[in-house]
Amino acid sequence: MHPAFSVILFTVASGIGYGMLMLLALFLPARLVPADRLFGAVTLGLALACIGGGLLSSTAHLGRPERAWRAFSQWRSSWLSREGVLAVASLGALALLALVWPILGESAMCVGTTAALAGLLAAATVGATAMIYRSLKPIAQWHNAWTMPCYLTISLASGGLWLNFVVTAVGRPHPLLPGIVAGLIVLAAFVKGRWWLHNDRTQSLSTIGTATGLGALGQVRPLDPPHTAANYIMKEMGFRIARKHAFKLRRIAGGLGVLAPVLLILAGALLPVLKPATALLAALAGTVGVLVERWLFFAEARHVAMLYYKADAA
Amino acid sequence: MTTLPTPGAVRLGLVIDLDICVGCHACAVNCKEWNTGGNAGPLTDYQPYEAQPDGVWFNRIHSYEVGDGPAGQTVHFPRSCLHCDNAECVTVCPTGASLKRAEDGIVLINEDICIGCKLCSWACPYGAREFDTDVGVMRKCTLCVDRIYDEARPEAERVPACVSTCPVSARHFGDLGDPTSDVSRLVAEREGMALMPELGYRPTNRYLPPRAKGGGCSAHAKGPALEPAMPEGTGFLGWLDRLLSA
Repeated sequence: MHPAFSVILFTVASGIGYGMLMLLALFLPARLVPADRLFGAVTLGLALACIGGGLLSSTAHLGRPERAWRAFSQWRSSWLSREGVLAVASLGALALLALVWPILGESAMCVGTTAALAGLLAAATVGATAMIYRSLKPIAQWHNAWTMPCYLTISLASGGLWLNFVVTAVGRPHPLLPGIVAGLIVLAAFVKGRWWLHNDRTQSLSTIGTATGLGALGQVRPLDPPHTAANYIMKEMGFRIARKHAFKLRRIAGGLGVLAPVLLILAGALLPVLKPATALLAALAGTVGVLVERWLFFAEARHVAMLYYKADAA
Repeated sequence: MTTLPTPGAVRLGLVIDLDICVGCHACAVNCKEWNTGGNAGPLTDYQPYEAQPDGVWFNRIHSYEVGDGPAGQTVHFPRSCLHCDNAECVTVCPTGASLKRAEDGIVLINEDICIGCKLCSWACPYGAREFDTDVGVMRKCTLCVDRIYDEARPEAERVPACVSTCPVSARHFGDLGDPTSDVSRLVAEREGMALMPELGYRPTNRYLPPRAKGGGCSAHAKGPALEPAMPEGTGFLGWLDRLLSA
């Protein structure tokens, strides 16, 4: 599938913002992050920038962005519509959390309850994003049980990295927090590894034989294409550059997204004076790693419609 | 509404005879001609007079080689929307622009409310939907809904443009929900096929397989493989390709 940069940026950036909200819901009551209003303002500001920027970027993918509001209407059947509704609802919860926490400074009980609501809605939004891809039967690489855990764990890990940076920059970090974030990164790496393993071993049930119905007559080979230049289907579904370098790019994603942040967090733990710098570098490296991962998520996905154009497997 | 209607009694669709089709592309050309001027039009063309002409078409004609040796044959294969019963291109639509009509099963796009998110084209395994980058909306076969109900036309002409133009009558139009219709009888007689049944989209259109052929032919001579006509890798992605290949 063609990796549209606006969609990659949207899923990565909003994943960070929603991941921060999910973790705040868990970490605030556990006192793993500070409860002061300055930390609240900076954290929620960053989460809002990630989610809002991501949502704006996603409209760049649309042919008619001025009609985007119509996408809230079909939540009964469409995961994309559900994602839109949930994204706005979690933005609302984020605004409420900003009101009761940094602005009004309400009780810990009130802040904790609002954070829990925002965290739940954030998790549901990331889940809906994952379901958009997971529900597409023509793309076997997406239509499997590992897609949803990938989106959730990567959102938690990348959100954790930025939360860790904010805590280090403007608050007194809890000694356990960097370790927990490193654990989330390893968990996301494990789940993504299983996704890759699953997809390396799985092939679509569909072949050029079932696509044309001619498989029973023998091997089917394309002879004359329907058109001389690439059409929309070939451009959108037939992306090949990254697939050629998939293994190299997977190593780059793993190096930047997993190895670098974990090592940097470790370095920060050993040399506390470097902590703010390593926390920032870890978050930046992790984000670039997730961008590469998300690029591959699209580029490695193969759509069965391409079977009509080429004889190799979908 | 993008939830699918309960399948009605009438299921309009096409039956395409792969035994007869000669791969002349006349159906695709007349489809383009009719629909670029009809309710669905214009069907945009991009750089039509350049080296890489592209554009929106509802119907694409592939040609395949099937089988080997004396049993080998050439099969021409028109590909367009199959107006599926379980049309997931409809259910994924966030705006309600993609719809399946309860009264005749035709899958249509309401271009006035399409936001051009392209998700329906991802959900279609048959590659039947093409995005119009000029207008910013998705496009697809309408089964010539603006012809088949047009009472100003003589009844014999109330068929999709592709069916009316086929010079060898390889394309048939009718109600596949009625087991006594001509198209349903044809499908029963010739064991008409649904494409990619394993995905569960339950297409309405059926393809009639080529009939068994007699005779044979002499042994094939195999030539060397051809070089790709278009070198890969220009521009930014080409640079990235070369960088990563190093």
